[in-house]
Amino acid sequence: MKPSEGMTLIVKTVTRISVWLIILYGIYIILHGHLSPGGGFAGGVIIALALLNVLLAYGRGFITRWLNIGFLHDLESSSAAIFLAIGILGMAVGGGFLANFISHGKLFNLLSSGTIPLLNIVIGLKVCTGLFVVVWTLAIFHLSDKGEKQ
Amino acid sequence: MILPFLIIIPLLAAFLITLISGGRDSWAIVFSILAVISLLALSVFSFLSTGSQTFIYEMSGWKIPLTICLVQDALSTFMLVIVNLIALTSLMFSVSYIRQYSAPWKYYALFMLLIAGMNGVIATGDIFNLFVFMEIALFSAYALVAFGGKAEEYEASFKYAVMGSVSSTLILLGIGILYSATSTLTMAKIAEILPTLDVKLTYWVGAIFLAGFGLKAAIIPFHAWLPDAHSSAPAPISAMLSGVFIKSLGVYVLIRLFFNVFGGVAVFNEVFLVIGAISMIIGVFLALGQWDIKRLLAYHSISQIGYIIIGIGLATNLGILGGVFHLFNHAIFKALLFYNAGVLEMTTGTRDLRQMGGLAKKLPTTSFTSMIASLSIAGLPPFNGFFSKLIIFIAAIQAGRPVYAFLAGLGSLLTLASFMKMQRYAFYGKENKDADKTLAKVSTAMKWAMISLAVLCLLTSLMVIPGIRELTLDPVVAVIMNKTGYIAEVLGR
Repeated sequence: MKPSEGMTLIVKTVTRISVWLIILYGIYIILHGHLSPGGGFAGGVIIALALLNVLLAYGRGFITRWLNIGFLHDLESSSAAIFLAIGILGMAVGGGFLANFISHGKLFNLLSSGTIPLLNIVIGLKVCTGLFVVVWTLAIFHLSDKGEKQ
Repeated sequence: MILPFLIIIPLLAAFLITLISGGRDSWAIVFSILAVISLLALSVFSFLSTGSQTFIYEMSGWKIPLTICLVQDALSTFMLVIVNLIALTSLMFSVSYIRQYSAPWKYYALFMLLIAGMNGVIATGDIFNLFVFMEIALFSAYALVAFGGKAEEYEASFKYAVMGSVSSTLILLGIGILYSATSTLTMAKIAEILPTLDVKLTYWVGAIFLAGFGLKAAIIPFHAWLPDAHSSAPAPISAMLSGVFIKSLGVYVLIRLFFNVFGGVAVFNEVFLVIGAISMIIGVFLALGQWDIKRLLAYHSISQIGYIIIGIGLATNLGILGGVFHLFNHAIFKALLFYNAGVLEMTTGTRDLRQMGGLAKKLPTTSFTSMIASLSIAGLPPFNGFFSKLIIFIAAIQAGRPVYAFLAGLGSLLTLASFMKMQRYAFYGKENKDADKTLAKVSTAMKWAMISLAVLCLLTSLMVIPGIRELTLDPVVAVIMNKTGYIAEVLGR
């Protein structure tokens, strides 16, 4: 079996079931960033690891068909730009760069603490796409048996 | 209110370049040129409007011990002007130079991140925030050094990354020790608490920071990464790295920490003098033997940083004036020399001085501006390098340290010898018969980048005239020399 076609049927089946659970857990960590330990960065890393799991189990060929890598690139830059935009909005509306200008809501509610959940989501997207694209870039430059770049 | 924009604009430009241009380089050029022009305008405006005052910008509307603050005083705005000035000329030079590489839009995005990192390091008043911006600048620098994609460029970049990570780890350790001792990360607050603690703490943390930031400033014995990294990078990036990068991440932070935060401890001033003198002399001796033009210039950067460090280490008003002035001048002529080297490399296809020769007629602009820059760096009147070196020379004698004055004179003489060699082999002397007769064309923007810096080499010597000096350099010296002023101004007492 070529390395680009991934691992055995057992690994593929387990991955097919578990990857969605991992992504769900990542989303949970991101959304509860302002309430519990974790947040955008930790959740983003978890989602990136789920995608990495697919990359390892199914191989590079499947990932290029399943995901649009160009779109991930755009998502990465746009999430950073949105973060900056929220910061500048804070400057325009209240006080200073990244000021928390939305109502803070009730403590321990899912929808509370103003702009923090928004920022967590944006950071989660940035970290997840950024990390995955880095690993992807490393994966497409691999050495063949002769030690030459393909 | 201006300082946050100096960080927001380049960051926004970098993200927009990757998002919108996506392969089309013209958009990337437009975005980055617009960004850098507005940055230069903002930094000049902030420098002129600041004078000897200090303004504080508190992020996200919190008050100082809880928030990250940006400090706008004469020293930080002065550094911002240098960084953004060199960035603009470097970008002018890049537009046609960088076409020889693949995917130039990535270059512009990284370039913007580099500027964002440097501006952030200079503007911030929070020591951990400084570390974060430093890493942003460093990581884009690693990528830019390897931008050519050849084996030796990857090697230089990897060497730089390893040494940079070691020094960053040391810096993080120092920050950790400071935080555990003072329970704050705001630099002014740390400066306020430090005198009440054991003085050994200052010595330990100072030694760690000296090694960490000394490596960023490439002072001998922490210099080994610089000749490889600066000679492998594309020429405009070499100009940025040698011209402003080692100064904003190295020298500026050393000044800020050792004078404003640690309050000018006498022991460290002695250390500055000794390692400054060693860098100055050994750097120039290493440069003398080089035949690779960019390595020669890179070794001269080490030597010239030595001059700046000696000026700072004298810790008199005149010494610091000389150091700060030389910092400004070195940014200008070293950037110019790297542009010249870039043109030579692009047109002749080699960096080896022995394979050049007789290029003065074929490349008149390059030859002329390189002559001006060589005379400036060697310290000949009436160019700017002469005045700053003279001030350091006089300051050393006034401070009762004639040895350092003698060493500065010797270093200057050897610098002159080394640049005479460069001029002789590159522009004059016998024409190389084996060389390709058809030279690549030097674009107008590249010429203007070189000419504008050559004019500045002459114009900035006007900064020694008392009327202009009081407006430009004196407020900067006042900020460095005022041991308690930084604490009082930032904390509003």
